Amino acid sequence: MPQSPFVMYDEEYQEITGVIEKLLRESNSKCVYLVDKDGQLISATGETKDIDATSLASLTAGNIAATGGLAKIIGEKEFSILFHEGERDNLHISVVGQRVILVVIFDKRSSLGLVRLRVKKASEELGNSIQKLMDRMTAGAQEENVLKEITDDDIERLFH
Amino acid sequence: MSFINYSAREINCKIVYYGPGLCGKTTNLQLIYKKTRPESKGKMITLATETERTLFFDFLPIALGDIKGFKTRFHLYTVPGQIFYDASRKLILKGVDGIVFVADSQVERMDANLESFDNMKVNLEEQGYKLEQIPYVIQYNKRDLPDVVPVAELKQVLNTAGVPDFEAVAYEGTGVFETLKAVVKLVLIELKKGA
Ligand SMILES: Nc1nc2c(ncn2[C@@H]2O[C@H](COP(=O)(O)OP(=O)(O)O)[C@@H](O)[C@H]2O)c(=O)[nH]1
Ligand SMILES: [Mg+2]
Repeated sequence: MPQSPFVMYDEEYQEITGVIEKLLRESNSKCVYLVDKDGQLISATGETKDIDATSLASLTAGNIAATGGLAKIIGEKEFSILFHEGERDNLHISVVGQRVILVVIFDKRSSLGLVRLRVKKASEELGNSIQKLMDRMTAGAQEENVLKEITDDDIERLFH
Repeated sequence: MSFINYSAREINCKIVYYGPGLCGKTTNLQLIYKKTRPESKGKMITLATETERTLFFDFLPIALGDIKGFKTRFHLYTVPGQIFYDASRKLILKGVDGIVFVADSQVERMDANLESFDNMKVNLEEQGYKLEQIPYVIQYNKRDLPDVVPVAELKQVLNTAGVPDFEAVAYEGTGVFETLKAVVKLVLIELKKGA
């Protein structure tokens, strides 16, 4: 395996979700998503039920990767904030701790200025939570390891 | 990079279909989409040009059932095949857990197959991966066409490593799920090994 898996335990999920819930409230936004740079959804909160979160996660990661490529061409390391303005809803995308992507969807109940401000604050907290998680992974500390328990039969049974 | 989510009880992995332009990567995903039950698949996203050639990627999330109480989810991506989209290909390989190399069996596409295979190795190395360390399988597609290279010859050229390989007629569905199953198996075995 080129990289060891990204493992997230329930307490870590709760901590991270707590931060994005606070961001949702304080920024008056519609919903907030946290996405891994490879396109996997980590957590979501707010009015999410009409949005296809898996697609959103994959396209957001693709978007960040593509603009990252653009950044390199002009000699920048990365564009850490992207903003897309719609007729009704707007999309604020930012990279946190070089590892995860924060997506905030907001409408006229909020403003770009407010979202920016709150995202900045939340990014610090999220950065810390993610760093803790990464440190725990590098240290190899595991409370539970489902991968170890996988048997050949389990794999075979996936396809009946 | 696979993502093990203990909170949602999910194992997520990323599989990339690689190969020369028009070899049938998008067709593989379309077939998987068509034959998968609605509750087990997400939306298929295709970022294509007006001429319907893949511009950035195709994306299809599928669920395959449970292992030890964890849902297994696979994110399938294709890369654009044309030479000039190399930047896009590099991006899509980031965090890959398994690869399906789709070869076009037609005689006149043999050079394109080789070029794409080498390009895949180079792009992986740029990310710090070695092909030998990544679970991958090979599909020899378009076996229905008249002027195709014999499988033995394709194996000799593309499969010197002796990985699982499959003949396919992707647009009819032949070989599509066999290929997917094989790569999924290899990915899970690798995950278990690394645990
Ligand atoms: N004859 C034949 N055509 C195929 C087969 N699989 C795909 N195609 C066709 O090849 C063309 C290119 O396929 P596509 O999936 O778009 O290729 P991609 O560039 O690798 O994504 C399409 O017209 C497909 O219908 C196959 O097994 N046999
Ligand atoms: Mg395509």
